[in-house]
Amino acid sequence: MGQGRGAVMAELMFWEAVRRAHDEELSNDPMVLVMGEDVGVVGGTYKATLGLYDKYGEDRVIDTPISENGFTGLGIGASFIGARPIIEIMSVNFAWLAMDQIFNTAAKVRYMSGGQLEAPVVIRSPGGTAHQLGSQHSARMEKVFMGIAGLRVVTPSNPRQAYGLLKSAVRCNDPVFINEHELMYNMKGEVPEEDYFHPLEGSEIVRPGRDVTLFGYNISVHWCLQAAELLSRHHGIEAEVIDLYALSPLDRSGIRDSVTRTHRAVIVEEAEPMVGVGAEVMAIINEECFYELDAAPVRVSALNVPIPYNHSLEKTALPDANDVVEAVRSMFGV
Amino acid sequence: MKLADKKRLLREMLFARRFEERCYEAYVERNIGGFLHLYPGEEACAHGVLEAADFDNDYVITSYRDHVHAIKWGADPRKVMAELYAKETGVSKGRGGSMHIFDVKNRFMGGYALVGGPFPLAAGIAKAIQMKQGKEICICFLGDAANNQGTFHESMNMAKLWNLPVLYVCENNLYGIGTRIDRSTAVVDQYKRVSAYNIPSAQEDGQDVEKVYKAATKAINHVRSGKGPYFIELMTYRYRGHSMSDSNAYRARAEERMWSKRDPIIMLRDRLIEDGHLTKKDYTDMDTEILDEIENEVIVFASESPEPHVSDVERYVLAENDPWVRGGVQ
Repeated sequence: MGQGRGAVMAELMFWEAVRRAHDEELSNDPMVLVMGEDVGVVGGTYKATLGLYDKYGEDRVIDTPISENGFTGLGIGASFIGARPIIEIMSVNFAWLAMDQIFNTAAKVRYMSGGQLEAPVVIRSPGGTAHQLGSQHSARMEKVFMGIAGLRVVTPSNPRQAYGLLKSAVRCNDPVFINEHELMYNMKGEVPEEDYFHPLEGSEIVRPGRDVTLFGYNISVHWCLQAAELLSRHHGIEAEVIDLYALSPLDRSGIRDSVTRTHRAVIVEEAEPMVGVGAEVMAIINEECFYELDAAPVRVSALNVPIPYNHSLEKTALPDANDVVEAVRSMFGV
Repeated sequence: MKLADKKRLLREMLFARRFEERCYEAYVERNIGGFLHLYPGEEACAHGVLEAADFDNDYVITSYRDHVHAIKWGADPRKVMAELYAKETGVSKGRGGSMHIFDVKNRFMGGYALVGGPFPLAAGIAKAIQMKQGKEICICFLGDAANNQGTFHESMNMAKLWNLPVLYVCENNLYGIGTRIDRSTAVVDQYKRVSAYNIPSAQEDGQDVEKVYKAATKAINHVRSGKGPYFIELMTYRYRGHSMSDSNAYRARAEERMWSKRDPIIMLRDRLIEDGHLTKKDYTDMDTEILDEIENEVIVFASESPEPHVSDVERYVLAENDPWVRGGVQ
């Protein structure tokens, strides 16, 4: 348990880490089930449930019809009386179809029943922009989910988090949305060999630094780390990188503490800037530590456009590590 | 059905009628806020079906027209009224209101305000029952207009695909808010629509509680025996508008008069009187007793109960002290 520090580690790919968490939680509790499109016989589009259909059977590793609102609602209903469903929505773009059940039921049922009923479901979904998938398969929807009270939102940036967040989410009594990234399933990383439950709140300092804080989450943590290396090497700027793996609730004290150390902040998000993670983190900085700032916070975001098919247009629409470097250079005037 | 049960049902339905009429008054008096959807005219549906169910084990879920179903399924009428009065003593602690009556200890799994929302939730409850290998079933009441939502088709498909123990009860009151069914729905007979999913179904007079009970008994036996879902369409009528904000101008008065002659309470009362099991005086005495109970117990309880503390406004958003939020016990 805990942070897994000092534990024996295994190197796993991201999808293997997610698969292992599924396997262990299915094995731990007979009321855990997995449901979604192609999660059974096929083993999941990104192999997150590979082999589990054979191991646990079709009643617990359930291939659903392509009915996102229906099967999400079914999972939520099952969770009312003791089932612990892990619902995979094949692509986060399809989660729009399930918003009614996620927002109107899962997020609100505890409150509107006066605490009598809870919906301990996990909804996990690959999102983000991959390569040339076009406008309707490139949504970055974390900002939509994190705006709804009653729902937890987490987004792993590495296999260790992917494994530990899923395991905690299954056992937590709140509905948890896990935002994964289509480009990260083959990423390798160290995962504790023993059971490891990652906290569903907080943030992690992945690179300490004194001059500026780069806030990232999910894939943008990696852009921040690349940018931090470039800034250190070429400009002598030491950036602290904070991984906001929990988007709701956001780690207000973690954000405040880092900005209090560095006095500067850049928020890096893969999504459009409007009503996003960057805007929210900036608001928290304003509320928590405005007078610690030596410069106005900056966000690095996608352009406010639907994602184009053309490769050059797509690349232009999205931020990358160079954009982060440029934002920091501009902030320091170097 | 035994005579004693018929008499009890008459009393329960009359209580439901008077309860809802008193809600109307309380709304006009501004003791009830928000939206209020009332049930008069449809009492035989909830009472006939739930009379046939297993009171100690089955689950019930429905839409926003939910007070009567909750009371029939064991909710304390005083606590239902207190909920409408937005009090801490309400079934949902004053956080839900008329459309969100929950009484989970009695397996009344809620009133939901999105038309068609409970279809998949009911299938999910049935899925969990199936995983536990239970003999109980889930009964889902919704209106005819809900069947035009995608969740209807998605849920019927999955319920039959996995043979889930769920009974869907369609209370067909002929109007979706203010639009008559033949103006919104290509197939007016709702029971026919589930044949597309190989779900057995029946259409029944929803004004005759004995007929409803009989049809529901057959349906429930089917579901409980493990043969999968069943769908009953009950033909009924609501006397009031869709909600209190509905002027009810879209219906012909002749149509309303026609349905008032088929009132479920009057029909059962007259049958009992004709058969010599009840006198008119018995009935008026019962009515007086019910009105007194509602006024002196239900309304007094709701009126005198405290409101929630405003300092508790952020309770019940998330689980309190859930160890897994911190990654388990350190």
